This record gives sequence, C-alpha cells and structure tokens, in this order.
Amino acid sequence: MSDTLLKVRDLKIGATVYPPGEKPHDIEIVHGVSFDLAPGKVLGLIGESGAGKSTIGLASMAYGRGGVKITGGEVWVNGRDILKSSVRDIRNLRGAEVTYVSQSAAASFNPAKKIMDQVVEAAVEQKKFSRKEAEERARTLFSKLGLPDPDNIGSRFPHQVSGGQLQRCMTALALCPEPDLVVFDEPTTALDVTTQIDVLMAIKEAIRDTGVAALYITHDLAVVAQVSDDIMVLRMGNMVEYAHTDQIINSPKEEYTQALVSVRSIEHEEKKPTPEPVLSVKNITARYKGLNFDVLKNVTVDLHPGQTLAVVGESGSGKSTLARVITGLLPPSEGQIDFVGRTLSRDLAGRTREDLRELQMIYQMADVAMNPRQTVGTIIGRPLEFYFNIRGAEKRKRIIELLDEIELGEKFMDRYPAELSGGQKQRVCIARSLAAKPKMIICDEVTSALDPLVADGILKLLLDLQKIEDVAYLFITHDLATVRAISDSIAVMYQGKVQRYGSKSEVLSPPFDDYTDLLLSSVPEMKLGWLEEVVAHRKMESAGN
Amino acid sequence: MKNIPISALIGLFLTAVYFLMALLAPIIAPYGMAEVVGDVWEPSSSKFWLGTDNIGRDLLSRMIYGGRTTIFIATAATIISFVTGSVLAFFAAVMGGWVDQVLSRFVDLIMSIPTLIFALVVLSVMPVTIPILILVMGLLDSTRVYRLARAVAVDISVMDYVEAARLRGEKIGWIIFREILPNALSPLIAEMGLRFIFAVLFVSTLSFLGLGVQPPEADWGGIVKENKEGIVYGIPAALLPAVAIATLAISVNLVADWVLNRTTSLKGGRG
Amino acid sequence: MHPVVKLVAQRLALSLLLLLAASILIFAGTMILPGDVAQSILGQSATPESLANLREELGLNDPPVTRYFDWLFGAMQGDLGTALTNGRDIAESIGQRLSNTLFLAFWAAIISVPLAILLGLIAVRYKDRWPDKLISGVTLASISIPEFLIGYLLMYYLAVQLGWFPSVAMINDGMSLGQKLQSIALPVIVLTLVVLAHMMRMTRAAILNVMQSAYVETAELKGLSGFQVIYRHAFPNAIAPIVNVVMINLAYLVVGVVVIEVVFVYPGMGQYLVDHVSKRDVPVVQACGLIFAAVYILLNMIADIVSILANPRLRHPK
Repeated sequence: MSDTLLKVRDLKIGATVYPPGEKPHDIEIVHGVSFDLAPGKVLGLIGESGAGKSTIGLASMAYGRGGVKITGGEVWVNGRDILKSSVRDIRNLRGAEVTYVSQSAAASFNPAKKIMDQVVEAAVEQKKFSRKEAEERARTLFSKLGLPDPDNIGSRFPHQVSGGQLQRCMTALALCPEPDLVVFDEPTTALDVTTQIDVLMAIKEAIRDTGVAALYITHDLAVVAQVSDDIMVLRMGNMVEYAHTDQIINSPKEEYTQALVSVRSIEHEEKKPTPEPVLSVKNITARYKGLNFDVLKNVTVDLHPGQTLAVVGESGSGKSTLARVITGLLPPSEGQIDFVGRTLSRDLAGRTREDLRELQMIYQMADVAMNPRQTVGTIIGRPLEFYFNIRGAEKRKRIIELLDEIELGEKFMDRYPAELSGGQKQRVCIARSLAAKPKMIICDEVTSALDPLVADGILKLLLDLQKIEDVAYLFITHDLATVRAISDSIAVMYQGKVQRYGSKSEVLSPPFDDYTDLLLSSVPEMKLGWLEEVVAHRKMESAGN
Repeated sequence: MKNIPISALIGLFLTAVYFLMALLAPIIAPYGMAEVVGDVWEPSSSKFWLGTDNIGRDLLSRMIYGGRTTIFIATAATIISFVTGSVLAFFAAVMGGWVDQVLSRFVDLIMSIPTLIFALVVLSVMPVTIPILILVMGLLDSTRVYRLARAVAVDISVMDYVEAARLRGEKIGWIIFREILPNALSPLIAEMGLRFIFAVLFVSTLSFLGLGVQPPEADWGGIVKENKEGIVYGIPAALLPAVAIATLAISVNLVADWVLNRTTSLKGGRG
Repeated sequence: MHPVVKLVAQRLALSLLLLLAASILIFAGTMILPGDVAQSILGQSATPESLANLREELGLNDPPVTRYFDWLFGAMQGDLGTALTNGRDIAESIGQRLSNTLFLAFWAAIISVPLAILLGLIAVRYKDRWPDKLISGVTLASISIPEFLIGYLLMYYLAVQLGWFPSVAMINDGMSLGQKLQSIALPVIVLTLVVLAHMMRMTRAAILNVMQSAYVETAELKGLSGFQVIYRHAFPNAIAPIVNVVMINLAYLVVGVVVIEVVFVYPGMGQYLVDHVSKRDVPVVQACGLIFAAVYILLNMIADIVSILANPRLRHPK
C-alpha cells in the first residue's frame, strides 16, 4: 500500500443551477484541484462560502450533494480511483474507509432513532465489528470525547442531548467503524465559542489517539490552524495556496491568504466616556409573553455620543432581547431608557417620529431586512421622504451621496436586493439607516452572516462613517474579535445579566471574572499551539482550585 | 414577457378562448339556448356540430351558453371568496391578538364541515337562484383563501423588512400595501386560479345534483344531468362537458403554476 | 402527565368542541337563515293555514335555542326525528344506508391507499423522469374533472361500450359478498381514481420532504443501500405524514361518495341526502349533515393524533 491515503488529481466538479426565468444549465464550481493526504495526517480545507470546500470533501466519498456532479479528475483512496469504482465498491468505502461529520449534527441524526443505533450502524453494517464490539467501542469513544454519562447517553434520542454533545456524538459516529479518513465539514461552526473549544479539543485528541487521517473543512483559519498539518486555501473553486500550516499562518505567500491571516487587524483607539450619554439603559428587566423567566435581569448600560458599545454574549445571553427592548418592540417589565435626554416610551406606539428617526437599526440578515420588491433607490429614499419630506431631484441627489458614502455608487440605484452580494446588501442597509440622520444605530450581529474579508470591509466602513456622521453604535455580537476591533466600551452578557461592563481596556484586562475569562480565552487565536496552551492552562487552574 | 414557458402560453391561450366564448356567446352560438331545433339526441352533423340533446336542442349552443353561465358563476364566486378571504386574512395577520384568534377559529370551524355538505345544508332552505349560489359558494370558499392569505401574510409580516418599516414609524396602510402585498401577490394570484377551477367543479357538481343552475338555463353540470339517461343507450352527449371542464381547468392550472414558479424569481417586480 | 397523553386529550376535547360547534352551524344554517322553512317546503302558493300548521308541526314557533337543544339531545340519544316527506323515522332509514355507504368507501379505501403509496414511491424513485411525469400528468387530468363526470366517462366506456360492469350499483341484503362487490365495482373504481390523484401527490411530497433531509444523507454516507436508507431512515419518519395524507383523503372520500352514489343510483347516505335536499326535507338534511361532519372531524382527528404519537420529541421528552 502506498504512503498516500487520499490522492486527488485535477478534480473538477459541476453543478446544475436553476436561475429563475432561465433554463437550468450546468456550471463548473471546482476547477481542477489536486492534493495528497498521508495516513494519520490532517489537511485543512479553508475558504469563504462558494469556495467549493465542502464539495471537495464529499468528493472524497464519491458523493455529490443535490445537483452536484463530479465531472473530471481522479480521487484515489487506498490505492484505487473511486470515481471509477462500481456502486457496490463505493458503498463499501463509505462508512468503512471514509466517514463524514457534518456541520449540523442536529439535522444529521435521525430524530426517530436512538443515538447508539445510529453511531454503530455503519460499523456493524460494513462488518467491521459485531454489534457488541461496536457498542463497546462507541462507549469508549463517548468517554474519550468527554460526553457526560458515556455508558447511557447512547440510549437517548438526538433531541434529548445538547447541540455540543450531539456534535461529539457525530464524531463518535464517524470514528466508530475505525475509518482511515474522516471528513469534518465545519463541525464547530454552529456552536457557541465556549462550546467550540471543548468540541475542537475532543476532535483533535480523538484524531491523535485513533491515528485516523482527516480532511478538516472550515471558513475559520484560526480554528483549522489548531488541528491541521497542512492547509489548502480555496477560492471560487480554485486552489490559492497549499502548504504546511506553519507556513500558511506565519509566512503566507499569496495576497489572498495574507488577507485571511491578517483579518480583524483593524486598529481603533478607544475613546473616553463623555458626561452626557446618548443612550442610558437603567435597570431593565424583561420577559417574553408565555415564558416564566426573565430574559433580561436588571440591565444597566450607557452609550456615549459617537462611540461604540459592544454587547457581547453567547446564544441565550439576552443580547438581542436588549435590542428589542431599546427599539420598543418588547416593552420591559421594569426599568427606564433615556435617549438624548428624553425618557423613551416603553412601547413602539408611544414613541415620537423624532425618537424613531434618531434611533436606527441594522440587522444580521441583510437579505431579509430589505423588501425584495423595492429597488435600492426606493429602500434608501424612503427614510428621506418619511422623516424629512425630501422628494424628486433632491432626494435623488441625497441617495447618490449616500450610495457614495457606502462605496457603491449611483449605478446601484435601480438594482433589486437579489442582484446584490451579501456585503453590498449590508451596505445598503447601512445607507438606509444613515439616511435618517440618526444619533444612534443598533447593529445586531451585522457581520455574522458574512465571509471574514467582507465582514472586515463592513466594519471599516462603519468606523469611517462613525467619524464622519458622529453616530453612536450599540454593537451586538458573539464575536470577540469584532468587539476588539471596534468598541469603546463593552458589556459582557451572560444568562440575561450584564456580567462585566466598562471601557474596552478595563473589560479586556485582568483580573477577570470566571465567565469573561472563559469567554475571552475560548476565542481561537491565529497561532499554532493555541488550543493546547489554553487547555493546559485551564487544567492547571482547575487543579489549583 | 419573453420568458413565458410554452405550457403557460397554451394555458393562457385556451383560458382566453373560453372567456371570449363566454362573453360572445349570443354571437357565436348557432342556435338559441333553449330553442328546440331538431330530434332528440341527433348525432353530430353539419347542421348540429355536436348533435342535439335530450329534447332536441343544439348541443353546441347549449355548451356555449352553459360555459357562459358556468364561467360567470365561477368568476363571481371567486371574486367574492378572494375579496372576503384576503381582506379578512390581511386584517387578521396585521392586527394579531384577539381579532386574529376569533377570525381564525371561526374559519377552522367552517372548514371542519365538508364544503359540499355545508352547501347542501344551506341550499336545502334557501331558494336556489344564481345570486344565492354565487354568494354561498363564494363565502364558503373564502375560508380556504383566508387560510392561505393569512399564512402568507404572517410569514411576510415577521420579516425584518416589515419590522424595519414598523421601527421607522410607518402607518398600517403602508405596511400592508407597500411591504406585504407586493410580496404576497404571486401566491395569491396562483391561488386565485386554483379557486376558480374549484368553483367551476363545484358549480357543475351542484347543478348536476339539481341544486345549482335551474333549467331551462344551461350550464355544464346541468347538461350532464339532462343527458345522463343517454349514457345507458350509448349516447355520449353527457360527456361533452367533461372535455370542456377538463381543458379549462388544466389551462388555468398551467397559468397558475407559472405564476407560482415566478415567485421564486425575486429579481424585483419586473420579471 | 406525559405530554403525549396531554396533547391527545387536548385534541380529543377539541374534536368534541368542533363537533358541537358544527352541530350549531348546521342547525343555524337551516333554521336561522333568511327564508322560512315552511314557506320553502310548501312553495309560494301555500295557504296561510297550511303554513301555520306546518310551522306548528316543525316547532318553528319555539325559540331557536330550545329547538336546537331538543334536536341535539335527541340526536345524542339516536333520535334524529322523522322525515317530513314520508313521516319515517330518520335514524332507521339512515342505518342501512350508512352501512351501504361505508361498505363502498371501505373498498375504495382498501384499493386506493396502498396504490397511492406505491405510486407515490415510484414517483419519488423516478423523480423528474418519465414515470414521475406520467403519473403527475394523469393525476393533474383527473383532478381537473369533477367526480360525477369521471363516473359517467367510466360508465360509458366500461359499462355501456365494453359491458364489463353493470351501469347502476344496486345492492341489497340478499346478495352475497361477491355479488355485492361486482355490483359496486364501477363506483369503487371511480372513487379510487378520485382520491388516488390527491393522495398520490401528497404522498410524493411527504416522502420527498423526508428524503431531502440531512439524516438521509448521513445514512447514504454510511454506505447503506438504497433500500436500507429508505427502510431504516426515511420510512420511520415518513409514517406520520403519510398517515396524515391518508386520513385527509379518506375524509375527502366520504364527501366524494355523495356525488358518486347519485351517479350510480346507489342506495347510500349521499343519495338520501341529495334527494331530501331537493325535497327540502330539513330534518333529514340536518341529520345527514351532522353524520358527514362527524365522520370528517373524526378522520381529521385521527390524522392529528397519529402525528402526535409519531413525533419522537413528544414521545421521549427531555
């Protein structure tokens, strides 16, 4: 047997697209990619959405998702070209030699069957182990992956365990048949950052202990740097750079890779608080109708004119609820909100047009934040009309100014949202809120749905606009790198409470409370060995206690 | 209009032909609607293209006039069901709260009784005239329109762009007519086609049962009823409406399918 | 209490409530709407005395609420009143007819349900290829023709032209099962065709929905064969939607029966109902309407309960 487990040569992959109003036709989405993977090694495939990384991963199992077809090249696994294999041989390969871990374990587990039945299925079906041996193996894997109650967790149904646990079960499912290669497709992307680090470590140790080779697919370079030996950078179906992890991280050759490595390198000098905050949230407590607990508990924060307050937290921390309370969509049960010197009405109906104008909002999903039936011009022009009664040529002139400010230009005026890229859509949303000449904008995870480089552009734009327009941002995010990049002050939220609050330098400097420490130390850093350092540090601390 | 698929073009063409025939019935029909012009069940000839019916009236003329009645009743009932159903639905979706609850539960209740059975119950005590027929059909069917329109409107009204409009301070009228309606139009128009077909089938069924259009007025269901005895003697006159109803229904269906498929194309409202 | 038990109990209670509300509607539909029942029974030429007599006889002079409760309590004890036209006990007349109707619907269901599921599977297996297109073309055509015309079309070709079946479906107690089946063959075929189209389309959609889920992909990537993927992973999740489809279509079938019985002069509930609607025999119409509504509500309830029972999240709560 050769020393190459997986050998891919000039792989070309096509897909059928169905553009509305046109005939379906085939396009090529991967244009001839080649790489090698030795037994026991980990190759990271990294790229933005549309780079073709998942498609390449699945091609190593001779699988095309949806209308995807492998159109050319060779994929050699254990010395045979699986693209030329029979259906039966491919079936024997899947689940035995090569296995798969998907991004969403919650969707990938059959809701009607117990976890154990699904974990051992491939191993038993492919006659790798007897049912008894496979179950024994599964329990060992559960325990190795740090799952609670490894002896009994298998008898549960998928919906009975948490997302992070299910993702580890999926890893057990992939490792159970003792495969030669595991394809990890964004296995930690859907997880909170504090959960991600545990799953990541569990995966890494499992790979090391079982000696399995892996293709690790992700859009997050800092994550892949922790687990892979080699990294291949992909863009629009082409290979950009392919080298040792060390070289990619520390001395990238290609400009695109350099941009990926240096992303979030925005420098932003922290501003000092002013005596008069633009927004003052005082002792806010709120709950949703039908829930029997408070989603926000006694929250107090200030936002100063022309500055940025980052509200950071994981899912369920109440950060988005805070935005709903401030906008008036969810009236609080207690507390008060002062805005530019006036006390705001609790609910939307009681606010004046001036209140609404001065407090604008930008959403996470730009494509559903714009009416698909309106042109960019109409979308940006509406606040001008509505708040300032600007019409006709003057409106047009102002729209063009705004389009220039967001670096898009006049030619976008008559386009529809569907004709814009993700970053362009978000820019239009920014322009729409600026059109109202607000004192403050709530930015709710505005960069989370975007690729890193695009997100970077949006953040830079927001900072530039802040200087020009002197607008304050309440910036809600789960991403600490973003927080570091843009904030003047920070509120860390945890389970509906403000866990830590102050200027950026205060919040990000020790001594930390336990949660903030956990949160801060969980953010992957773009350096080799970071994962081990953190884990070792945590072990030491818990031993010290 | 260059991207219309061939199936939709055929559908549009045939639908247009039927509506034109309905409008121009007195001009096109070779004989009067209730005029006895020949023997009973004459076979087709150059004089009577489709033959004659059970009392010697020209079947082609009966079919044309019948189409006029059927299409008129179905169109009127569809308009009533549409206006009532979608107005109430949009109102419920935007208002929410108890208005929505009361309307929706009432519609659930009406829908828990099969439409045909309900119509029969009501028609057993009402005089069977065309206006009553249209009203009963339209109102019963408006429950189906309500369901769809409410679902569509609720889906749209939770979109961020509607929330953005609310936060901007827009009035309810703007939100319904500028934000929600343009995005709800395609599925509603497609549904209108399906409701129209249903109305054609329904009025035909009622007339066939003797509870719809009353003789000597002609309609497609009635023609079946009048000529059904002929079937046993091998006279296919009663089957003619099947061809008419099926082609009309399929044509409208093809158009509705096309309109619905266009929903996915959101390159603005120009497509 | 286990959440499943609670939900099922809620659904049962809801059905009872619906049935009660439906009975009010049926009653109100015949009694309170404009147009006097006595007048419409006797016609425009009726004398004032005969009208007054009939009103008295029908109890039309009592307040509607009293009349409703008299009727409802009667119905609950199996007393559906007497027919105006022939003075016979309605419950008695309905008894035999109801069993005839159920007999017809039963055989139509026995044939159409497995056939629809099989065709649905074939359509999914050959999605977008010719078997799928053929099936969807035929179903589109059969959805576009009213039931009674399908009935006459088949009667014309199969009974009159080819002479395979009798053109009317008479049955009576003296007939053996075989004779009965031969007699109802044609209406059963028509009913099957009528529900098959809907049921097949909905089954196809339900299975496709399951086949497109991520766990089916997981199963494929485990190297399972097509049959194993469907049998082990798709099927357990497709049961609930399919049962739902079947129940909804059986409810549809019960209504389709009304028209088909008239076409084939079959002595069932539908024929009875339609006859008495034209005769404006209100008590019979009310009784039949209530029974049809009850069957319809019952079938819809079974569909919902199966969905509840089949949902693993509800069966195995956290």
